[in-house]
Amino acid sequence: MSGSEIFLQQLIIGLSNGMIIALIALGYTMVYGIIELINFAHGDLFMLGSFAALTVVGLLGLDHLAAGAPGMWSGLFLMLLIVPLFCGSLNWLADRFAYRHLRDSTKLAPLVSAIGLSFVFMNIGLLWGGVPMNVFGLGRSAASPKDFPALVSNVNLLGQSAVEFTTKDLMVFVITLPLMVLLTWFVKGTRAGKAMRAVAQDRVAARLMGIPVDRVIGQTFLIGGALAGVASVVSSVYNNTIYFQMGYRAGVDAFTAAVFGGIGSLPGAVLGGLVIGLARAMCDQYLETRWTNVLVFTVLILVLVFRPQGLLGARAKEKV
Amino acid sequence: MKTLLQLEDVHSGYGLIEVLKGLNLTVGEGEIVAVLGANGAGKSTMLMTISGINQCRQGRILFNGEPIQNQPPHEIVHHGISQAPEGRRIFPRLTVRENLEMGAFQRANDEALRTGVEQVFATFPILKERQTQLGGTLSGGEQQMLAISRALMARPKLLLLDEPSLGLAPMIVTKIFDIIRDINRQGTTILLVEQNANMALHVAQRGYVLETGKIVLEDTAEHLIKNEQVKKSYLGG
Ligand SMILES: Nc1ncnc2c1ncn2[C@@H]1O[C@H](COP(=O)(O)OP(=O)(O)OP(=O)(O)O)[C@@H](O)[C@H]1O
Ligand SMILES: [Mg+2]
Repeated sequence: MSGSEIFLQQLIIGLSNGMIIALIALGYTMVYGIIELINFAHGDLFMLGSFAALTVVGLLGLDHLAAGAPGMWSGLFLMLLIVPLFCGSLNWLADRFAYRHLRDSTKLAPLVSAIGLSFVFMNIGLLWGGVPMNVFGLGRSAASPKDFPALVSNVNLLGQSAVEFTTKDLMVFVITLPLMVLLTWFVKGTRAGKAMRAVAQDRVAARLMGIPVDRVIGQTFLIGGALAGVASVVSSVYNNTIYFQMGYRAGVDAFTAAVFGGIGSLPGAVLGGLVIGLARAMCDQYLETRWTNVLVFTVLILVLVFRPQGLLGARAKEKV
Repeated sequence: MKTLLQLEDVHSGYGLIEVLKGLNLTVGEGEIVAVLGANGAGKSTMLMTISGINQCRQGRILFNGEPIQNQPPHEIVHHGISQAPEGRRIFPRLTVRENLEMGAFQRANDEALRTGVEQVFATFPILKERQTQLGGTLSGGEQQMLAISRALMARPKLLLLDEPSLGLAPMIVTKIFDIIRDINRQGTTILLVEQNANMALHVAQRGYVLETGKIVLEDTAEHLIKNEQVKKSYLGG
């Protein structure tokens, strides 16, 4: 591989992972936008989604099919329904039972709840890893990383070229891009979306308008959670391994992405996701893998110190 | 005259501080009632308690004879009470049109929304011109018109107005009060809280004076304008 080919390859890997990070970052940013809570449990929700995805694989017997077999696509489609529904509901429940009561208390209270919930989720993941199913690696420790079967083939769509853009990469974009367009339309164009923005901008005024604020906040958690669920499926299929602590790294990446783009801003979260995905890929290639997490943390700290409103957050911040 | 709103011994406050200490007040159907009071008397607290934002700790709030105290705010809007709050509280990053749509949230149906918006635009041509502009970029007077229109989008039986003249130039204030009179003529009952006692008593039929959480005076607007105590405290001598 020539130098430029290596660069191109990292670009593709970085963008694919960036899209996944962006989906998770959207959940952070939506929840922050509406109730100013940094939902620390969000990364772990993503992790639980991955375990749900692997469970569905086991239940449907997808691991016995060849990658790209006809049944595989319907299986993947089913996963894309079940897992987001699971994650969305779980996130809705988290709001309903862990955060809603704390709506009018100090900001620190729900934050502490979120951290607690993050541990709860992580331990559920640890338990889940011990479920006696073949796909979970029967007989191995519950904490060990699980192989996620290659459901989508690794065929290079660029033919003989040394740079690979595989069916898997294509899958990432085919699923995530329309979803982002859909989300933008929802928030900009629908009554529920406008109500969400109204609640984010002035909760008391929204109440006075007759907007049922708690329901709108619940919907935000539902949607943010569902996006994390889609990210779980896509990421598991793309990266082929899951483990109970994966939510931590995904959480830091996505949170950094959200802050980078300007927390509260949807386009900002997508931009931030892509930047973090690319930075990770380039660091893996040109520096060393062990520096990659350091790089992400450095970006986070630098943004927080020098531009806390993020790249696209200037307007989102001028909250009255 | 039929009583539309009745506050009976209403208590409300923030934390340990009691702001309303047994408030009694009635608003008859079709009236404009003004509530005067110094800064911090509890006027806004009263409106927010009626709207269900603040808790009513004791007493009752009857609307059409039905107790509504401590119902969630969206239910209260549904009953037919809406508010243009102090400071206007326009959604700054929603367009003028979207702000209006939010006012009609409880009505939901597209047809009602469209006719509502058309009515508003007929009354306030300036808002039609500005319909795609962000709420936060409007001038103070325009924002006040938007705040009132937004509250009207719910088709309220009772409109609560909290200091609609605040921070506006005298000419605009006159205009706003003309509008308030028009809205009332078209059949909406109005409970008006004002610092501008002179203007308020000129549009209202009756008035109350609120001091530290209690009603200390109640009379027709005509009498209140001539009342020595009111003259001294609220009409600038
Ligand atoms: N959110 C709050 N938390 C604590 N105290 C409050 C809060 N809002 C108002 N108060 C207090 O309640 C009292 C009444 O306030 P309120 O806003 O109802 O007065 P007001 O009559 O509307 O005054 P103004 O004419 O200045 O608007 C004041 O002493 C105020 O300091
Ligand atoms: Mg006030």
